[in-house]
Amino acid sequence: MIEIKNISKWYGNFQVLTDCTTRINKGDVVVVCGPSGSGKSTLIKTVNALEPIQQGDIIVDGTSISDKKTNLPKLRSRVGMVFQHFELFPHLSITDNLTLAQIKVLGRGKDEAIKRGMKMLDRVGLSAQKDKFPGQLSGGQQQRVAIARALSMDPIVMLFDEPTSALDPEMVGEVLDVMVGLAQEGMTMMCVTHEMGFAKRVSNKVIFMDAGKIVEDCSKDDFFGNPDARSPRAKEFLSKILQH
Amino acid sequence: MLNLDFSFLNWAVIKSNIVPGLLYSLQLTLVTMVGGIILGTLVALMRLSSKPWLQRAAAVYVDTLRSIPLLMVILWFYLLIPTGFYAAIAGSYGVDHRPELAAVITFTFFEAAYYAEIMRAGIQSVPRGQVYAGYAVGMTYAQCMRLVVLPQAFRNMLPVLLTQTIVLFQDTSLVYAIGAYDFLKGFLTVGQIYNRPDEVLLPAAACYFVISFSLSMLVRRLQSRIQIIR
Repeated sequence: MIEIKNISKWYGNFQVLTDCTTRINKGDVVVVCGPSGSGKSTLIKTVNALEPIQQGDIIVDGTSISDKKTNLPKLRSRVGMVFQHFELFPHLSITDNLTLAQIKVLGRGKDEAIKRGMKMLDRVGLSAQKDKFPGQLSGGQQQRVAIARALSMDPIVMLFDEPTSALDPEMVGEVLDVMVGLAQEGMTMMCVTHEMGFAKRVSNKVIFMDAGKIVEDCSKDDFFGNPDARSPRAKEFLSKILQH
Repeated sequence: MLNLDFSFLNWAVIKSNIVPGLLYSLQLTLVTMVGGIILGTLVALMRLSSKPWLQRAAAVYVDTLRSIPLLMVILWFYLLIPTGFYAAIAGSYGVDHRPELAAVITFTFFEAAYYAEIMRAGIQSVPRGQVYAGYAVGMTYAQCMRLVVLPQAFRNMLPVLLTQTIVLFQDTSLVYAIGAYDFLKGFLTVGQIYNRPDEVLLPAAACYFVISFSLSMLVRRLQSRIQIIR
């Protein structure tokens, strides 16, 4: 469903991604991990072309993101994305946050958009908050609304960019619960996260990055179950995060 | 001592000479504010665009107008735009009211330079992640600006925009230079008719003060009410 083919990216002279290649099949739950600054967030943002790439190509559901003829807004409307800092629209109510893009981008009618939005809001357990504004919700609640906003667009794949990193520890669980639910329903997901518990529980593939390169790209069972077969950098990373 | 005499200033005189001037000044301020903010927002978007030639053009526009005294810009626009132009846009009304229309055009372009800088700051005050979020749900650049960035920028900057408008209201008195019949001109005209050119300046100043000061107070109250909770 997503094919990342030999992509490289530079910020000026600084190379942030070097020859990254991987693929994500329908129904996959892929966890991308690695130390900070390793290019994980940049990699996931290239998938829906929020960050441009200078070399290589990415094919999302048969469409190349670097093809000049590709309608990027249309492509992005089919790819759900959840951000580290939620990025709900603070000037709009929760209901409007959920319906805005459905109406303006997908061209749905208002009633249909509200119906769909409320269904998703109910799914993340926040129906009671529909008339509030993002600033009135806790971080965990905002992130769940952000997930509902992405789901309202009926995406073919969901991208999560460190969805729990900006949350208070006690709110991490409620967001992960929603993500686990999605994974179990068969949603195709790519998640940049440090939550190794989540990775162990629902992912089927783990990508480990370091210094802009994909160092490991293997099944979850290989990644966690067979540490001796891993690269030294991945082994070091695992030993640090798994001992607690 | 000054020998001041205000006895000539009755309601009939005010109504026939000063009120029309006040109405024109308010109209000029409002039309210029709306036009200036719209044009200024476009200039701000140009200045923040990724195309170098658009950035350049916007920068030249803003820097030029901000470096020339308003009075000179008023005179230039008045002298440079031919009467035929006013006849074309408003017929004989346009020809009769050439100074008044010239002032509207001048102020719109001039104030746009100031509003542009305010809107630029406003747009930059919206976090980059909001733009990403807009794009990520499939919005085009135009949709993202119109639906996500500009509403927030506008709200963040509303107090500054209104403060600029109060300055604008005071600056409209400069149109006396091209003979437009504004609030100040109304007072000056009464002064001429009754041969009291000094006396009329006092109530004129008092009126400008009361209007501007109460608007400032209003902006201050508004400021605390419109902030977006983050």
